Amino acid sequence: METDFMFAAALTLIAAVLAVTRANAVHALLYLIIALLGVAVIFASLGAPFAAVLQVIIYAGAITVLFVFVVMMLNLGPAAEARERHWQPPGSWLGPGMIGLLLFAELVLIVMHGDAAGAGGVVDAKQVGMALFGPYLIVVELASLLLLAGLVVVWHVGQGGIGERR
Amino acid sequence: MTATPVVLTLAAALIVIGMAGVLARRNLMFMLVSVELVFNGAGLAFIAAGAHWAQPDGQVMFLLILSVSGAETATALALMLRLERHYGTLDVDAMRQLRD
Repeated sequence: METDFMFAAALTLIAAVLAVTRANAVHALLYLIIALLGVAVIFASLGAPFAAVLQVIIYAGAITVLFVFVVMMLNLGPAAEARERHWQPPGSWLGPGMIGLLLFAELVLIVMHGDAAGAGGVVDAKQVGMALFGPYLIVVELASLLLLAGLVVVWHVGQGGIGERR
Repeated sequence: MTATPVVLTLAAALIVIGMAGVLARRNLMFMLVSVELVFNGAGLAFIAAGAHWAQPDGQVMFLLILSVSGAETATALALMLRLERHYGTLDVDAMRQLRD
């Protein structure tokens, strides 16, 4: 259990760093998908299979498909890539990266010497559903309202006839 | 079972990587990708807490984060398309006019 978590965690971190630093949008999206899948594996290893499945279906499936569609519509060319490279000279990452690594090592030390209590067992989809439609019913309604608001906003903004264009 | 502090450390690392991306990149698309990483770090923290106490509440909160993230991504991508049509670029440095 420990080793597979560590393996997934290492891969997730590598993919996340690569997703943030790529100059090409499609490469970044591919690494983002890998990072999302790595997080899904971690969910499964933590005893949350329902969340892991939702992570794969909704995050790595639906949300990244939205990204890919927008990349297709925008058609980011080599010019945008060169501009991103120009903004990111490799040396500029060195200083902040070293300091950030030191801070992170300190954080790890602090956290590791804290109270490392063991975790419980698997929390399956049935328990989550019982909680969702029991004490969290209002939260479910709020989430549906939020998604409806998002739908209306996207319809309104995507119409394309609102403001003046240059 | 993995110790909870280790998982929370990974969540913090994901959030920091995403935040660094938001601060360092100047292209809206990459900033959105970084924001997705931040959302994932937050969701991972909730799942770790839920697994720590063996309660479903963490996964319920993850579902809420999932819907927030979906609404945010859709809205931001629609706005991005409008901005790209308006300015002809996704460079945030080009978008420094608050008035039209």
